[in-house]
Amino acid sequence: MRVGVDVGGTNTDAVLMEGNEVVAWTKNPTSPDVSGGVAAAIDAVISKGGIRHEAISAVMVGTTHFTNALVERRGLDRVGILRLASPSGEALPPLTAWPAELCATVGDSVYLLPGGYEVDGREIAPLDESRVRAAARELRSRGIAAVAVTSVFAPLNAAMETRAAAIIKEEHPEAAITVSNAIGRVGLIERENASILNAALTSLATRIVSSFESALHGLGITAPLYITQNDGTLISAARAAAYPATTIGSGPTNSMRGAAFLTGCKDAIVMDVGGTTTDIGVLANGFPRESSIAVDIGGVRTNFRMPDVLALGFGGGTRIHLDASLHRAGGLDENSLRIGPDSVGYRITEEAMIFGGHVLTASDVAVAAGRVHFGSGRPPDFSPAVLAGILSQFRRLLEEGIDRMKTSREPARILAVGGGSFLIPDSLTGVAEVIRAPHAHVANAVGAAIAQVGGQVEQVVNYESVPRSATLERLKAEACSRVTAAGGDPDTVEVVDVEEVFLSYLPGRTAQVRIRAVGDLGRQLAGAHAHDGATVGAANGH
Amino acid sequence: MAIDAQGLADLARGAAFLGSGGGGDPHNGRLLGEAAVARHGPIALIAPESLADDALVVPCGWIGAPTVSAEKLPNGREVMAGLERLERLMGRKVDAVMPIEIGGGNGLAPLVAAAQLRLPVVDADGMGRAFPESQMAIFNIRGLAACPAILTAACGSTVVIENSDNLAHERIARAVAVAVGGIAHMVEYPLTGAQTRENAIRGSVSTAIRIGAAIREARRAGTDPFAALFEAMRRSALYAQAGVLFDGKIVDIERETRAGFSVGRVVLESFGGGESMDILFQNENLIARRGGEVCAMVPDIITLMDRETADSITTERLKYGQRVKVIGAAAPQLLREPRALAVVGPAAFGFDERYRPIEALNGWR
Repeated sequence: MRVGVDVGGTNTDAVLMEGNEVVAWTKNPTSPDVSGGVAAAIDAVISKGGIRHEAISAVMVGTTHFTNALVERRGLDRVGILRLASPSGEALPPLTAWPAELCATVGDSVYLLPGGYEVDGREIAPLDESRVRAAARELRSRGIAAVAVTSVFAPLNAAMETRAAAIIKEEHPEAAITVSNAIGRVGLIERENASILNAALTSLATRIVSSFESALHGLGITAPLYITQNDGTLISAARAAAYPATTIGSGPTNSMRGAAFLTGCKDAIVMDVGGTTTDIGVLANGFPRESSIAVDIGGVRTNFRMPDVLALGFGGGTRIHLDASLHRAGGLDENSLRIGPDSVGYRITEEAMIFGGHVLTASDVAVAAGRVHFGSGRPPDFSPAVLAGILSQFRRLLEEGIDRMKTSREPARILAVGGGSFLIPDSLTGVAEVIRAPHAHVANAVGAAIAQVGGQVEQVVNYESVPRSATLERLKAEACSRVTAAGGDPDTVEVVDVEEVFLSYLPGRTAQVRIRAVGDLGRQLAGAHAHDGATVGAANGH
Repeated sequence: MAIDAQGLADLARGAAFLGSGGGGDPHNGRLLGEAAVARHGPIALIAPESLADDALVVPCGWIGAPTVSAEKLPNGREVMAGLERLERLMGRKVDAVMPIEIGGGNGLAPLVAAAQLRLPVVDADGMGRAFPESQMAIFNIRGLAACPAILTAACGSTVVIENSDNLAHERIARAVAVAVGGIAHMVEYPLTGAQTRENAIRGSVSTAIRIGAAIREARRAGTDPFAALFEAMRRSALYAQAGVLFDGKIVDIERETRAGFSVGRVVLESFGGGESMDILFQNENLIARRGGEVCAMVPDIITLMDRETADSITTERLKYGQRVKVIGAAAPQLLREPRALAVVGPAAFGFDERYRPIEALNGWR
């Protein structure tokens, strides 16, 4: 049995799954300390399922905490940013084109230092160790512990980043260092951006992941804990704590995969309505549609593999701003009405009117209109005209979102998921049908529970000894077998990424090849560390 | 006409398409341009007709392998240093700049210097698309001299080339680009206003801006961005025909940085399987074969685009698994004349096939 958990800004959902069956589910408010909510949710599905703790083989957690932190600019660390590239690249310094508020949060400790490699392996400039040392000392004295280090062509040769990190560690032992070669591929700006985001999330990630661990510990669960990544595969908790940026997109990935699983639909638009946002993504041939070029995270360009999602600031906890004196009179002044984008988040059960609070939320309007029944307090006392006016604004928001994500004029099929999916009406312009599957309100947790296993092979190869096609076939087979060895179902394994970079400074036709395969989880997870995409035949030619 | 921040984004989008996969990554060029426009204000775009006969017009662009440009970024001094050196050499001021090619990042190469020096950009270029080699410019085809030319690099090197043979100039320039790390900026083919008017591919910058705007507006309105692209092409005086050559996903990409170029091959498969396409590139996409049969070849334009968003994907950004449409377009008529085909047609790239226009190969109209 597996437990899938989705830790959102508003709710923490959990499902208990046996094979393809949802045995039990729960939806609890996210607690301010995160850990309590996670423990309560897991405990609830275990007791609802009537099973013993030992029957759990794995706990998979997906969280939007890191995305929310970036979007809301909170809980982020100031980052010391070292770029080893000068004199190249000075025209486009780090943080170029970042949103101003995020820049202000991350800080302006940028060091443009000599270094980096040319494509042919020469150094652009030698690493200036004394300047790296000075930067580390300065960061230490300013109390900045999160550090991102990026050098030109680090994916081809990581030596300079490795050396710089070692020097920083000597001068600044508390530093948490992200080196770009560990987080991204060729494309300096995107890789550097991802490294800076990762560094900014360092202490938050450590805190959140350890709160997951303490939740499990408190319940006496010894099954391994996994975190879901951007591409829908699992990593260990320890790895997630070091590389939170690789999990930033897991929320939409999980809800889309969960929606596809629960409905059996392969082509549809998925609308995941949470407490704060509505994420709209597209399923094409059963897979979340990805952006070909670059993905913006919190307004920052990266090149992660993750779904192309439109996030609307509209969810169950979204505040409705209107002039009370006007709406009581029975009419609705459209000009005085504003929907969000602020949300009461997890405080919905105290602040929303249906829970006896004083804040008007989207959920209060839906209850007042008879769309859904929940809560303990009295819904707002609006005239039918006022309700209709507000609901038509909701509809307009959703229809605009659908229209932006649609790629054809054909009416779309909508998969409504998430705790706030009651906000999606059954008929919408441009929509053929709205499908609400059983358990759709916890689709995200289902997506975590059915997360995939990934396997990766990285090797430096010489095509003059074995031809390219034979070499690639061998490495693809090896990546696939790593997936099955880690518990992937052999019938579902497929190669999702092949990266080949020719190393022109080595003799012959020598290339660095990285192949990644993924597969659905079979009945059992294998070894606890097989999912980290451990590399084999490590690069040996540098 | 003035190029503001939105015009810059449109130009980046349009030039990425017209580049036939080459010209380098347009994103970094756009970021540089945005910073320059924010600091110095919009950039003037002037018609070639408005140039004085004896004006000094200087084409600008980056030479080297686009694979390097995604990783090793400019220092920022390169373009200005090249123009200043040329002014010293020629003993006069530059009056206007223009892109050597309307492709990828190179379509935006002169903009930063134009903003800083308050120079106008001429609504024209030297290739009507992007090509991998310097002598493929229409100016060489028409017998104009590439030199004096000046290469400048991030490391601070400046190299002046003086050679009356334009092909020798390309070879020297390429060797210099390799020596300075695989990418350098080059000013070449300094022209008079009269030469620009008579020989450049006129109207290509504003056409690129209109193409980019059409895609942007279609996306905002939720209509088909490809239909908008084709309509914008039809309305342009330069590119009469365009259409979809293939729809599928990338199943193999073999790409190498060699002798100052990015060379390789991309293989696509249709979604149901069954059909395949094979494209060879040298910085730019050169020839596309569908099921083994040629369906587009140089100098016609072959560009891979994200099949949903119609973002052009330059050759250095192609990745395994990308879902794309391959779009073809007729090259400007100037490039289809016999004297041009000798320099930029299939034979110039070592292909045995005789040039056949894209519309004939695909039965368009």
